[in-house]
Order: sequence, then structure tokens, then C-alpha cells
Amino acid sequence: MNIDLSRRGFLRLAGAGVAATSLGAMGFGGAEAAEQAHVRAFKLATTTETRNTCPYCSVACGIIMYSKGDVKAGETAELLHIEGDADHPTNRGTLCPKGAALKDFVHAPTRLTKPRYRAAGASDFQDITWEEALDKIARAMKDDRDANFIQANEAGVPVNRWTTTGFLAASATTNETAWLTYKTVRSMGIVGFDNQARV
Amino acid sequence: MTNSWTDIKNTDLVIVMGGNAAEAHPCGFKWVTEAKHHRGAKLIVVDPRYTRTASVSDYYAPIRPGSDIVFLMGMIRWMIENDKVQWDYVRNYTNASFLVKDEFGWSDGLFTGYDEEKRDYDKSSWDYKMGEDGFVQTDPTLQDPRCVWNLLKAHVDAYTPEMVERVCGTPKDKFLHIAEMIGECSSPTKTMTSMYALGWTQHSKGAQNIRGMAMLQLILGNIGVRGGGMNALRGHSNIQGLTDIGLMSNLIPGYLNIPTEKEADWATYMSTRGFKPIVPNQVSYWQNYPKFMVSFMKAMWGDAATAENDWAYHYLPKLDVPAYDGMRMFELMNHGKVNLYFCQGFNPILSFPNRGKMTEAFSKLKMLVVMDPLTTETSHFWQNHGIHNDVDSASIQTEVLELPTTCFAEDEGALVNSGRWLQWHWPGATPPGEAKHDTWIMAQIFLRVKKLYQDEGGVFPDPILNLTWDYRDPNDPKADELAREMNGRALATVYDAADPTKVMAEAGQQLSSFGHYRDDGSTMGGCWIYAGSWTEAGNMMARRDNTDPDDTGMFLNWAFAWPANRRILYNAASCDPQGKPWDPSRKIIEWTGEKWEGYDVPDMPVTARPGEVRPFIMNPEGASRLFSRGMMRDGPFPTHMEPFEAPIANVFNPRMRGNPVARVFESTADQFAAIGDPEFPFVATSYRLTEHFHYWTKHNPVNAALQPEFFVEISEELAAERGIARGGRVRVWSKRGEVWAKAVVTKRLRPMQIDGKTVHVIGIPLHWGFVGAARKGFGPNSLTSQVGDANVETPEFKAFMVNIEPSAEEPVA
Repeated sequence: MNIDLSRRGFLRLAGAGVAATSLGAMGFGGAEAAEQAHVRAFKLATTTETRNTCPYCSVACGIIMYSKGDVKAGETAELLHIEGDADHPTNRGTLCPKGAALKDFVHAPTRLTKPRYRAAGASDFQDITWEEALDKIARAMKDDRDANFIQANEAGVPVNRWTTTGFLAASATTNETAWLTYKTVRSMGIVGFDNQARV
Repeated sequence: MTNSWTDIKNTDLVIVMGGNAAEAHPCGFKWVTEAKHHRGAKLIVVDPRYTRTASVSDYYAPIRPGSDIVFLMGMIRWMIENDKVQWDYVRNYTNASFLVKDEFGWSDGLFTGYDEEKRDYDKSSWDYKMGEDGFVQTDPTLQDPRCVWNLLKAHVDAYTPEMVERVCGTPKDKFLHIAEMIGECSSPTKTMTSMYALGWTQHSKGAQNIRGMAMLQLILGNIGVRGGGMNALRGHSNIQGLTDIGLMSNLIPGYLNIPTEKEADWATYMSTRGFKPIVPNQVSYWQNYPKFMVSFMKAMWGDAATAENDWAYHYLPKLDVPAYDGMRMFELMNHGKVNLYFCQGFNPILSFPNRGKMTEAFSKLKMLVVMDPLTTETSHFWQNHGIHNDVDSASIQTEVLELPTTCFAEDEGALVNSGRWLQWHWPGATPPGEAKHDTWIMAQIFLRVKKLYQDEGGVFPDPILNLTWDYRDPNDPKADELAREMNGRALATVYDAADPTKVMAEAGQQLSSFGHYRDDGSTMGGCWIYAGSWTEAGNMMARRDNTDPDDTGMFLNWAFAWPANRRILYNAASCDPQGKPWDPSRKIIEWTGEKWEGYDVPDMPVTARPGEVRPFIMNPEGASRLFSRGMMRDGPFPTHMEPFEAPIANVFNPRMRGNPVARVFESTADQFAAIGDPEFPFVATSYRLTEHFHYWTKHNPVNAALQPEFFVEISEELAAERGIARGGRVRVWSKRGEVWAKAVVTKRLRPMQIDGKTVHVIGIPLHWGFVGAARKGFGPNSLTSQVGDANVETPEFKAFMVNIEPSAEEPVA
């Protein structure tokens, strides 16, 4: 089809067409305006579509996310619906029982929304600001690195490694997060570095 | 994967062994259904449990967890004995004809050079006989008793169908039926694909399981062809990417290595990475290692990395042990030698083995930082949850910071799927509350530490102060900038290696190929295998053209596949030594007389002549390896090793325990049940369910409702033997811990006859913990041991010994 028409625009046109045609065919021409007021607009027609891939297994099915609001336009966007991407060569629009429930993963009641801190010996978390949390981390890293960094081995060979701090990296973050994490961890000499490839 | 999900439709036979794709990778498994429906392909499943994959198979056979090598070597033996070998492929594309040193041999289940004290091999005899010309000695007639083919024949001789039945519990007639089905794929016009996952990797000899099948595939001529290959299904959505980018103790992006202490300087480091061809005329592509390495160092440290300072070689840490992998770090933590630990989107308290030890270890940290979209058991390891996390909070002095991150719906970037496709995705939702992108968090941590070094000075600040950080907003690097950095760009004009008048890239331009990487400092690139993913033409990972000329399944213009947008690795092996496809109906590429061309990006220098240049271009042999020299710690051929806990002793050597070279920590060496220990008579194995993904979906009320509660699966026979009712509560315990669960009694597990004994298998699914929307439960890691694969330290989750008994119902609160 050589028409530059978005999927959303197409749905909007198709929906209106069906309603008008069937009413006309049944001979209720006069009631058309009143009846059309009852036809609810297709909910997703007013949403923003975004292409993404399922974050679970590494089949990496294509998905379409429907949101109220447009992130790219700088708006606040609320995710309303997720479905399989019919254009994707691997999954061709299908999703499994995990992928089909993805929206509720994004809105899980146990999603984290603010930084929290657990003090030594405490039995619960307390809130902390990002500033405080990040400063605490940086201070702890600097102090531990200065105290325990190994610059050379017994033979005098520079080894520049830091073994008393470790970093476990994820399995579902982007390549770009992975690269920035790599740069940060390696530049400091951390060798206790691993990811979730094996478990 | 050597191939891709969409390529599975091209196969004639699928063998699923060491995986359960129908449940764990449902939408990928549809390509198996496609092959069955449209090509008449058959599906074989070999698994301890009659899985949902097995339920749609053409043929199923049971196998005892941890005995796969016996089955696979038995298969190779049968193929050789019955002449089901694709001879032209084996002769030309494998090392079958290469001669091996006279000192190499084996006895009592061990290869030459074993040192019991060190739990290691001296591997010097595991190599080829080299001629005076520096090339391998060969016997193309395969008559020499020291050629790889004849050694392989002798090695597999013990693995008879009777031996398979005795050790694996697979009935002989079932084994032979499968052998006949597989044997048909030795024809150049028939092919089999192997689909496997953690069922093969999570063993103390996981890497050898996979080698076993890879060798079988080579003998059948099934590597490099459409519908063939070794296809690791992989678990999480970007674990391929995180491994590609080297987020492991001993890696540099693109499968380069962090130096060891023995490599005291750049020259020494490079001296073992020359990769000169050991067969005349071969490509030996790793000869380009210095180009990839120098470009990486330039990406990290820019102008601070110069030829004069060996590209800032000493900015890299040097290892004194093979790796500070997860299990080693937890061991060090338990000894009080780790103070600060970060978990980024990772829940180790449930994912790593020996939960009790993990909790002890975490309790000795000074500070734990967890970054995650979800709250996790790891961030709550100090909180008491009754039997599900029985700790004394007051006595745990670890400070914990729990930082909220975005999830896929809210961020931008690429994930790499099992078929090596880098697919870009876009954000469609606003992060909840104060949740932040991981990139912002990492930048904040880095910049704050850097500032402390700038303000206060400190120990060896150079690699921190000089790290390249030229982002538009240093506080918040963006995905496009990071992706471009990994792809690489020219720092000075780059000329064609063959024609110095031809400019390939001007300074500042993105490189279009790793072929343009240089070792003189004129290029930078964070991850050479991703070169071509973001070129001057833009973001190749965001491409969405789903056309597929002639329905080959390649989809060359959809996203980007590493390396070089190639969809099938070793694809030159799909052609005979004249450069013509073995199976014209399954052509990928062919030799036109002047160059290689076809549906995929040729895995061969485009003008390299077939017959002269062999298709396994990464190996200095140009050939694939049926004999892997000293590349693996536990042997140049896969040999039978029992799991560390097993119902029977190793039939080759009753003194041998598990993998004889796997790392065993002293502190847990006494935590293995003895062989045949009557207190732990049952084999246990972990598995996944289709309704859940790892420990994530229990947070989703929908999935939590679909599979709400932790259970263990047992056979009707075992239920009767132990007086366990359907749906009754049971206690399962190992030498390391105990769990309580509902009993699911099924026909999917059956007792097996192993070496004259009846052996029961218990299935333990992995999905429950003590936070989230599902009922509180346990993971298999409460029971499993802290031992891993000898080569890559993947924990042995798939075969261990337990006991089971009925238990009183949980008191209703």
C-alpha cells in the first residue's frame, strides 16, 4: 500500500467507515447522527504507539505499546496497552502468557518509585533522597578503593585491581547501559564483575 | 545461536535436549511448529521430564539429569559405526585428519596430565603434531592411528547403546530409534538443528555437553547451513548483549580478555595473541586482535592511550585468578573480604546456589546497593519473613540502598536476542515516581567518585580521571551517544588496507565495519563486533524492513546482527569445496568464480577461494575442531563425568567425583552428599514454567494468579513410595538446606533404571520468593551446591541429590 498512513490513522478511518456504512444499509438514515453519538471511539485511536521488544526471554518479540501522552514530545505518558507487533519477523504479532501480561509488569504494585535506605541493624527501610544516596555510595566507594586497591603484586608487576568491591550487572538492561556500566566499573579497577548469563 | 529463530523453519529435524523451548521460549518455538507443518520436519525431545515441548514431539526419550555426555558420545559412536557421516564436510571442514601428539591419551575416565592435588590437567600433550614448516601434520586419508578421527573413534568406543541405557536410563530401543532419525541428517540435503538452554549449561561439565552436540553436528555437516546449527536459546532478553560487551570479570567487549598478572606488559599480552594460521592459506581472523584491542583502549581513554604508553595498558586490572566470578565473590564475601557490592537488575539471593551461604555472605557486607525496577529478595535479605527468610535483622549490620530504575517501557536502546540481532527500542511511558534510567545512575556514581578524586587525590586516580566522557550532557549520557561509541569512529583519516589512496572514513566519521579498525590509534571503538550497527548512514539497529527475498528466513534489513549483519555463522560451510551449496534448495551463499555472494553476508573474505580457504575463519586451522586441543580445562573430547552429587559412581572410575577439575571451595567441600548416600536418594533438577519469567513475573498479579504457589513435581510411584498425597505439603531437603512445597504428582516424571537401581527424579521449579504478588515460596537455590562448570563456572542447578517427606500443613494465620 503506497499510502503514508499510520496504523492508528488507519484504524480511525476504518472504524468510522464501518459505523456509517452499516447504519445507512439498514435504512436508519435519519437516526444516523443520534446513533453515531453512541458509537464509542476506538480507545487506542487516541494513543501514542511506540515500538519496543519484550524484556523477558531472548526471543525478543516485537511489541507495540499504546500510551496516553507522547514521551518523544516531552509529554507525560501513561501506558495503557501492549500487544504483539504483527510486523515483527520473529513473533508476527503473537505473545506468550508472560508477554501478554506485560502491561501489568510495568504497573506492578512492587515497582520501586523512590530511593530507600536500610540502616545497619534496622528492620525496615526509610526514604532517602537521590542526592544523599548517591553521595553515600560515592563516599563508600572512594574510601574502600583507597584503602584496599592493589597497585602491584609481590613481584612488583602493576596489577591495579580492586577486589573488595564487586558489581553484578543485569540481564535485561540495554547495550548502552551495559557499556556505560562497563566503563565505570573497569575504570575503577573492579574485577569482581559479573552478569546474569549463567543463572 | 549460530542461526536465528526464523531460520528454524528451514530444518528437517529439531532436537531439543537441555531445554524446553515450548514453555520457556513459546513464540520462538513457533518456528519449530512452522517447520513441522510446512516442511514435514520432525521433533525429538530428550529430557528427564515429559515437558510441553515433548508433548508435541514426534519422539521422546527420558534421560537422567547430568548424563548427557554419555548419550551424545553414544550418538557419535553410532554415526561412525553406521557410516552416517557427511564425509566431504568432515574431511574438508573439520580437524579429523590432523595428527595429535603421541603422548596424548586417556585411561580411567581421565586424560593424560591429571594432577589430583591441583585438581587440574597439564594440557601440554593435548595438541597437534606440528611440522618443521610451522603447520599441522595431517593425514587426509584418515589412516594414521594418531589422526583426530581415529582417536575420536577410540574415545567413543565405550559409549555403546548398552552403556547409554545403563548410565542415562534411556531405554536402548529409544536411543536406537533416535539414532536412526538423526543419522538421516548426515545427507548433504538433510539437516538437523539443536536447541538447548540451561538444561545443558547448568552442570559442572556444561560446556562439554554443548561440545558433544557441536561435534555431532559437524560430523553430520550441519553447521553453517540453513536449518542447522547450534542454537543456544539464551535466557534473559539481553544476556547476549551483556556478554558481548564483556560485563564479566575476565572479559573486554567483543570477547577480548582482561590481562592476567603473567602478562606484565603489552608485548607479553600480545605475544600469545598473534594467531598465525597453522594450516597454509587460512584466514585466522583473530590475527586482527591488536586492532580491536587498541581501538577499545582508545574508546576508554582517548588521548591518554598512546603508542608510547602501550595504549594505557596498566589502566586495566590484571587478574591473579582465572576470574572473580559471582560464586568466587560470594565466597570472598563470606570470608569478610568484600565490603561493598552492587546488584544492577539482578537478584542473586535467589539466583545463585546455596541460599544459606548467600545470606551469610551478604550479612558480612558493609554496604549493598541494589538498582532495580522492582523490589527484590536481595534488597530485603536482612528482613525476617518466617521460614521463607529466617534471619535476625538486628544482627545484620549491612547498610542497604535500594534505587528505583526504569524498565523497558521507559527507556531507549538496543537488546541482543539469541540470534545476535541488535534491536532498538523506544520509550513509551514516563518512569514511575522518582525512578531513573540506569545510565543516569551510573553517570552520577562515576562523576561523584571522579570529583572526590579530583578534590582529595587518592590511590591511582589516572584511569578514572582520564576516562573518556564527552557526552552532550555529562550527567546524563544518551543511548545514541553510547551506541555510536561502541560502533567506533575514525580519529584520523582511515585508508583502505589494500589501496592506500582510497579513504574509508574521515576523522570523526562513524566506521562502517570492523575491517576499518586500526591498531595505530587512528580509530576508536568500544565493541568491535558491533561495528556497523551505527554508521554514517544512521542507526542500523532501528531498521524495520521485514522483507525476506525467496523466504530464506534471513531478514537482512531487519535490525542489525553481529558480526557484520551476518545471520548464519560459518555460512561458507553451507557450500562444498567448489563453493556450491551442498543443498541448492537451501542456498545461503555461493562462489561465483570470482567472489562469494547470496542471501546472507558471506562469512569469508569475499574473494577468498573455496577449497583453498576453509570456512571456520576464526580458528587458525580454518577448520572446526572435533578435538579441541588445550582450549578447555576438562578435556579435548567430552568424557563422562557424573554430577558432584549422583546416585551412582562414575562407571569409568568410581574414585572420580563430579568434574575432576571443577573448582570446589574448601568451605563447602563437605556439603556434598556422598555417592549413593541413603539419606539423599533422589535426583533433583530445576526448571521453569511457561507462566512465569525467572523471579520477575511473580510481581505481576496476572502471572501470580496463573501460577500462584511454589510446588515440586514427583512421579506417582515416588508419591506412593513416600505416602505423599496429591497437593499435599512436603519437605524437600539436601545437604545444604530445606524447602516446603505443595506436591504435584504427575505422569510426566517416571522412575528410571540406572545401573540396576531404581532412581526417582524430582522437579523443582524456579519462580517464587518472599516479595511480590504470588504466595511466598522458595527457589531451588536453597538446595543446590556452590560448584560450577570447570570452564565457565555455571552453577550445577540441574542435577543434585535430595530427600522428600510429607509435612504438616502450614498453619493458617
